[in-house]
Amino acid sequence: MLEIKDLHANVEDKKILKGVNLTVNPGEVHAIMGPNGSGKSTLAAVIAGKEEFEVKKGSVSLEGEDLEELAPEERAHRGIFMSFQYPVEIPGVTVTNFLKTAINESRKAKGLEDMPANQMLKLIREKSEMLEIDRKFLSRSLNEGFSGGEKKRNEIFQLAMMEPKLAILDETDSGLDIDALRIVANGVNKLRNKDNAIVVITHYQRLLEYIVPDFVHVLFDGKIVKSGSKELALELEEKGYDWIKQEELV
Amino acid sequence: MDLRDKLVSSFLAFESNVDINAPIHEIRSEAIRNFERKGFPNKKEEAWKYTSLNNLQKVDFSIFPKESNPLEYKEVKRYFLHEIDTYKIVFIDGVYSSYLSETTHDGVDVCLMSSALTKPMYRQVIELYFNKIASREESLTTLNTAFSKEGAYIYIPKSKAPRKPIQILHLATGNEAALMLQPRNLIVVEENAEVQIIERHQSLTSNEVFTNAVTEIFAARDARVDYYKVQNDNASATLIDNTYIDQKGNSNVSVHTFSFGGKLTRNNLNFYQKGEHIDSTLKGVTILGEKQHVDHHTLVHHAEPNCESHQDYKGIFGEKSTGVFNGKIIVDQIAQKTNAFQQNNNVLISDQATVNTKPQLEIFADDVKCSHGCTIGQLDEEAMFYLQTRGIPKKEAAALLMYAFANNVLESVRIPELKARVNKLIANKLGVNLGFEL
Repeated sequence: MLEIKDLHANVEDKKILKGVNLTVNPGEVHAIMGPNGSGKSTLAAVIAGKEEFEVKKGSVSLEGEDLEELAPEERAHRGIFMSFQYPVEIPGVTVTNFLKTAINESRKAKGLEDMPANQMLKLIREKSEMLEIDRKFLSRSLNEGFSGGEKKRNEIFQLAMMEPKLAILDETDSGLDIDALRIVANGVNKLRNKDNAIVVITHYQRLLEYIVPDFVHVLFDGKIVKSGSKELALELEEKGYDWIKQEELV
Repeated sequence: MDLRDKLVSSFLAFESNVDINAPIHEIRSEAIRNFERKGFPNKKEEAWKYTSLNNLQKVDFSIFPKESNPLEYKEVKRYFLHEIDTYKIVFIDGVYSSYLSETTHDGVDVCLMSSALTKPMYRQVIELYFNKIASREESLTTLNTAFSKEGAYIYIPKSKAPRKPIQILHLATGNEAALMLQPRNLIVVEENAEVQIIERHQSLTSNEVFTNAVTEIFAARDARVDYYKVQNDNASATLIDNTYIDQKGNSNVSVHTFSFGGKLTRNNLNFYQKGEHIDSTLKGVTILGEKQHVDHHTLVHHAEPNCESHQDYKGIFGEKSTGVFNGKIIVDQIAQKTNAFQQNNNVLISDQATVNTKPQLEIFADDVKCSHGCTIGQLDEEAMFYLQTRGIPKKEAAALLMYAFANNVLESVRIPELKARVNKLIANKLGVNLGFEL
């Protein structure tokens, strides 16, 4: 589904990604771990299509289609969803109106009519219940004054509404207490199926106890330096990233 | 002959059509002398540094409309807030249109300045209020005073409120190659009385129109006035709006100004607080493109203790448009416990658009809360990216952010149908249909 080949990317002339290779197949969950500054969030943003990040070399493709020339919204229309580490606050636009706009714009891009209002409301009700989201929350301005946990839960709520092929969760566990983490992880697990894929980006192993990955990759200094099964995450937790750094030096 | 000379010499012709023995004519005569002395303001004056009237003065404007030009309601329906029932005071090329209007004397007076200035039954109100708060120095205001004859006259007696909002609509047909209009409005809202007014100036053709309007509003103790100015005129229209507001204790006056159209618009909005526990609200949304120019000059004079003022102006500037915001707040020494807030936020969506914003605070009291903030920025790139990753295309994402940006100014609009209308005007101006209203 997702194919990343020898990806090099810069942010303002600074080399961040230095040759990332990754293949994600339908039905799989991949975890990308790594110390701060290793390029995890950059990788997520490059897949989502952030323009400020300049791809120098290599490619990212989804279902065989090269994404390079596609705007972020076009990538979204093809089924890529990124859950933000720091969701943006948009005062004046309610969660509900935002979701309506997002869903109908995506439908428009696919040549579909707007989703009928009753169907939209049903979907919103269903997904908000799944994530134990209070009704009042839906009429609040998007992310404005939300706690860290509420913001993250809202991201997963959007994920549930959009039903993407590929979901990238960028540091979704940060700012979540254990109860919220469990709700969010349950939500993600309910959305898993044989046709979609999830890439979990995280600094800590904690989230992976709930969203169990098929593969764990360690990103270090812009490259994936180690890949393995879910046990690799435990090993990292135990030994810390210094262990990887030392291995790298050797 | 330049416009000033033309106006001054036209005053003689004007006098032949009004009662020069009426007491008010003294006021007109004094005003024309002042205007003759001062002429139009120029860019050397601090208050007019960023707004030039030079080009305007080269145009050969007709000063007096020839005859009234009838219009069918269906031709102009869209300029009315027709979704709700309202009183209407409508002028076509400066002449009252009884056909399009709906006035009343049922407990309140919603009628014409020309009646109020000439009929004995209004004399007392005119003597008490006419030209009592409008500046006798500012040249454009005095120019209007000199030619004051027609406009809206609204009188709401103690503890009364009209059954419905009032619309004041000035239409220009374009039957003159270039027309100058000088409407003069007087609005008196007595103790504990209430009124909602929507005002609009609309030119129907691309012929040049120059409107120099003066509105005086008097809000007595406990009165409430909500005034909405919809400025969405076409590209050949110039509007200079001079509004003066006199507030007594416990009164609450709000003025919302929605500026989307016109070639050049200057809003001189002046609040004078003359009592305690007064609330004054000044809000504006400005969205411009092409070479449009809007200049908001506000003044709030806090002259008594325990009063509040809230100013919030948002501007979005595209193409080669220019915006000005100058917000002056004066807090007299006696006006302790004043809360004065002022906010002016601007977004430039084009490299060639310009904004000049300047807060001007003169605070002589020591126990006050005054805050002000001006920002000029672009749309937040991170927010744009966020919306795009949710499948919202760039143009719609930008519009959504601009909607959101302007939104809190709309929150305080108390007529839902007007709010919906302004929402549509905003969406239209931004060239999108978001499928929902804020």
